[in-house]
Amino acid sequence: MERIWTWPIAFFRFWYHFIIGDDWTVAAAVAVGLILTALLNGAHVTAWWLVPLIVIFMLGLSLRRAGKV
Amino acid sequence: MTGVLFVLITTFLASAVEAIEMVTIVLGVGATRGWRATLVGAVAGFAVLAVVVVVAGIALSQVPIGPLRLIVGALLLVFGLQWFRKGVMRVAARGLAGIGMHPEDEPPEWDGVGFDWTAFVLAFKAVVLEGLEVAFIVVSFGANAGQMGVAVVGGVSAVVIIGGIGVVLQRLVTRIPRSLLQLVVGILLTTFGTFWSLEGLGIEWPGGDASILGLLVLYVATAGTYITIERRRALGFSPGV
Repeated sequence: MERIWTWPIAFFRFWYHFIIGDDWTVAAAVAVGLILTALLNGAHVTAWWLVPLIVIFMLGLSLRRAGKV
Repeated sequence: MTGVLFVLITTFLASAVEAIEMVTIVLGVGATRGWRATLVGAVAGFAVLAVVVVVAGIALSQVPIGPLRLIVGALLLVFGLQWFRKGVMRVAARGLAGIGMHPEDEPPEWDGVGFDWTAFVLAFKAVVLEGLEVAFIVVSFGANAGQMGVAVVGGVSAVVIIGGIGVVLQRLVTRIPRSLLQLVVGILLTTFGTFWSLEGLGIEWPGGDASILGLLVLYVATAGTYITIERRRALGFSPGV
């Protein structure tokens, strides 16, 4: 019975590590940034700058958190 | 021509990072537990990988380019950011020093009786998982840039060249300065991920494709800044930053 779940679990783990990694807040912030960008774009507001800004901010935040562990 | 070269270099470098990990594990397992089961596992892994790539390639070709750009762009962005972050930390901590195998990748000694399934599974897993990441990089870059052939050449040549280097330089393969390579590829994946995901949302970049270079410069400057901050923090010059 345990063997049945080995591959689905491995598959889930692979994508979890691929997307989430060891800091889920970065992936969450990117997702929020993309949603906000889509909403702003839908409202005809220039929004190409938002995701790069989030990337730089979250990278610094994640590095700072990792440095404190 | 520049775009073709850019896709070739990016897919080659990105695939090379995965290939280094794959080859390091296969070489480590083979050298420790014997080559027969290890090579059978690696060959089986490549066989499974080939089937998966063919199926995924057909499925991906049916997806409209906009949603495809958004999905693979977002995936590259979050995955690239992980390498970006790890690359900054490793370069800040160790400069260009290479890394060896992880302790968890080192199997126990094999007694030589029967078929070594442990070696088989380790080699199979390394080839399938790292190979899938190479395939994902190749398919996503190739599909988005409209240069699938070039991307395949970049990915396959990376695996072949790193594999060849691994065979020739077995003892040195674990000492390749992966930290710097990981940082460079992390920046490239983050750059393309940002560009493609927003293009997939229908965003028009100022300057069109030239924005890729702008993003690249921005992220390289960001990496340099964070490496400096991390080094200063490690030396105790700026606590809490």
